[in-house]
Amino acid sequence: MIYIGYLIVFGCCLTAVLGLFTSWVDRKVTARVQYRVGPPVLQPVFDVIKLLGKETLIPDGASKLTFLAAPVVGLSSVILVSTILWMNVIHPQQTFLGDLIVVLYLLTVPSMSIIMGGFASGNPLASIGSSREMKLILSYELPFVLAILVPVIHSHYSIRLGDILNMQSGSGVIIGNFSGSIAFIVALLCVQAKLGLVPFDMPEAETEIIGGPFVEYSGAGLAIFRLMKNMLLFVMPFFLMILFMGGIRFDGIHIFNALLKYLGTVALITVIRNTNPRVRIDQALRFFWGPMTVLAIIAIILAYRGW
Amino acid sequence: MSLKLTALLKSPWVFHLSTGSCNNCDIEIIDCLTPRFDIERFGMLLAGSIKHADVLLVTGSANRKCIPRIKRVYEQMPKPCFVVAIGECALSRGMFIHSYNCPVPIDHILPVDAYIPGCPPKPEAIIAGAVKLIEKVKNGTAKKAKNEK
Ligand code: SF4
Repeated sequence: MIYIGYLIVFGCCLTAVLGLFTSWVDRKVTARVQYRVGPPVLQPVFDVIKLLGKETLIPDGASKLTFLAAPVVGLSSVILVSTILWMNVIHPQQTFLGDLIVVLYLLTVPSMSIIMGGFASGNPLASIGSSREMKLILSYELPFVLAILVPVIHSHYSIRLGDILNMQSGSGVIIGNFSGSIAFIVALLCVQAKLGLVPFDMPEAETEIIGGPFVEYSGAGLAIFRLMKNMLLFVMPFFLMILFMGGIRFDGIHIFNALLKYLGTVALITVIRNTNPRVRIDQALRFFWGPMTVLAIIAIILAYRGW
Repeated sequence: MSLKLTALLKSPWVFHLSTGSCNNCDIEIIDCLTPRFDIERFGMLLAGSIKHADVLLVTGSANRKCIPRIKRVYEQMPKPCFVVAIGECALSRGMFIHSYNCPVPIDHILPVDAYIPGCPPKPEAIIAGAVKLIEKVKNGTAKKAKNEK
């Protein structure tokens, strides 16, 4: 029963609120970088409410069930991931063995749901977007998994997130090590691609294929996809914080500390997104399989030597 | 006013449709998004796809080839939605009023909710038009607000 409570309170509500707030931070920082004023705080909430109130159109020739199910699949997997992460932060001892692997698998499901929805809508632009998303997954997963091996090695080969957190509260955060900071850079760039932000936003590419897989979505489907993306914008930096920066602790000054770490990571992601042009899909593939994979392997070797 | 309409007025995403304009009105619309005017303050975003849009901005003089396409685009827009005619061409066909190719002004084709005159209208005028549209919806006199699906 307690797990269902966690699912609803932390996984669903708190993550949604924080995710919407994060997406406001992202839009506001973007606006300030461009010398604009930017939207008000409640803007992402109004966007989602408005989309929920609109008509849902299903294109002719679309596969109806898949088209409508895809956003729900993505959203539910994000909720599951965030529940597991919150559980780990609150009770580091009570989680199950191998939850790191479960989280890694569940984090690919949102991208899968985007691919599903794009192909199901039967629009050529959406198909192009989906096929790009597929190539992007292939390119960033390898360095991402390699970078995540570094915290695993540092915490004596444990694939429990709870052990990684305990190790960090005992003997310093992983990003403090030389290998940890290299792995963090690699993981951050992979997260950028996972979130579909510039420079790796070619699946969506507003100016080029007008939203890619989301072209045909309207009303509730689009609202759920937006909510999923906003929640992912909270979950991914949170995951990085757990792996590399010791997570969130709820006692005294540590809350403030956690807030700073979180906002710092989000600001870093936003600044990367605002200062780079979009790359082509082949350039992204070369970037991730070339320099990023090499860096990740170097980090693993350093971590193995205990640095 | 229902929550649905309140939220709609707080985040109207616009889609702009050129029906044979000289491109100047379109440039002025894009101008509203620049740092100087920044309509994202009011939650407005430029939508790439008509299926994401709430407000259809029509520019240009609606030539014969365009009319069926204007209707198709309008039908694809999820309701409730609004239509704004921008520029003298869209309002009254402007200098093309005697042309064989521009049979009717836009409001004979679509239910237009707000008219923004000018050739081209200044970005300030476009923002003033948007404010008038919002006022109109709040008073419940807009055409599309009533016949929501
Ligand atoms: S109203 Fe004037 S500026 Fe606008 S499309 Fe017509 S001719 Fe061009």
